[in-house]
Amino acid sequence: MLRRVHEKKKLQLGIGFGAGILFGFLLQKGGVTNYDVILGQLLLTDFTVVKIMLSAMITGMVGVYLLRSLGLAALHPKPGSFGSTVIGGLLFGVGFGLLGYCPGTLAGAVGQGALDAFLGGIIGILIGTGLFAQFFPTLEKKILNKGFWGEVTWPELLRVNPWGLILPITLGISLLLFWIETSGR
Amino acid sequence: MDWFMMERWSPYVVGVGIGVLSWITFFLSDKPIGCSTAFSRTSGMLERLFRGDRVKEKAYYKKFSPEVDWEWMLVLGVFLGALISALLSGSFRIIWVPSRWESAFGPSFSLRWVVSLIGGVFLGFGARWAGGCTSGHGISGTLQLAVSSWLAAICFFIGGIFTALMLYRP
Repeated sequence: MLRRVHEKKKLQLGIGFGAGILFGFLLQKGGVTNYDVILGQLLLTDFTVVKIMLSAMITGMVGVYLLRSLGLAALHPKPGSFGSTVIGGLLFGVGFGLLGYCPGTLAGAVGQGALDAFLGGIIGILIGTGLFAQFFPTLEKKILNKGFWGEVTWPELLRVNPWGLILPITLGISLLLFWIETSGR
Repeated sequence: MDWFMMERWSPYVVGVGIGVLSWITFFLSDKPIGCSTAFSRTSGMLERLFRGDRVKEKAYYKKFSPEVDWEWMLVLGVFLGALISALLSGSFRIIWVPSRWESAFGPSFSLRWVVSLIGGVFLGFGARWAGGCTSGHGISGTLQLAVSSWLAAICFFIGGIFTALMLYRP
């Protein structure tokens, strides 16, 4: 791993910024910084969002696991629990449906001139994250750790070699995308 | 250059591009792509302007310090990258109300504003509750085969599809 590069703070801020520019550029070219495209996905009439997410996922998975096998990258899976992942995920989904952007595409939507994203979404998300910080101590005590399973990955959970999952998942998702494509969505 | 001026790219080109970008961030920065903590940190920074340094004592801001970090720069970059892409293709447009919204609920900005504000609150609250968003869980987490992220991504879409279908019910 490039530990010496990872430790250079200013360089890292620059890399983060550069990666963000590429990410925003790609999201905009993919059309997912548009409310209409995201709502099309949630109303199940336009599968652009799913096509982008799944092709990013399988591409990323093969490369990142390969880098890891070569000792050039480490994984950082997020911990999870029923109380945090499921309840938080559903609350996020409600916001996703009402706003029609997610945090990343929201920043991109502002970049292409959407004022509902800027004046509604950005202000709302800042209020929402602020409220969460306020309620965090109570939520942590009462809900977030219910049904905690930690930073587990599928290969660890199933006790198999990661490549024994990566290959069938890649094949399965490719077939799913092919099916979506042939059904004309 | 023509290619950069196109308004839309194939979703598969975009998806593969984002996947390759994740190789780069894991390799060069030891970080997965994610967007929601940047908003959390910004919220803490704004609160600090009003309430001073005691904001840093909040338990949540001890975990996610209210300062500019890698992910914050990433989100700033997303804004700029989308702006560049939109300017190159001529798709930059100031819009108050998206067209799909307008055809269902009319051109009123105040209605769209209230709903997007409430949506934003849920989005920010839910993202930090679940520990990630559509990029951190939905792409970076699923590609690491993290169990939590697969479940989170499914819940994002269950909540989103349910809400959108309710909103646009005929």
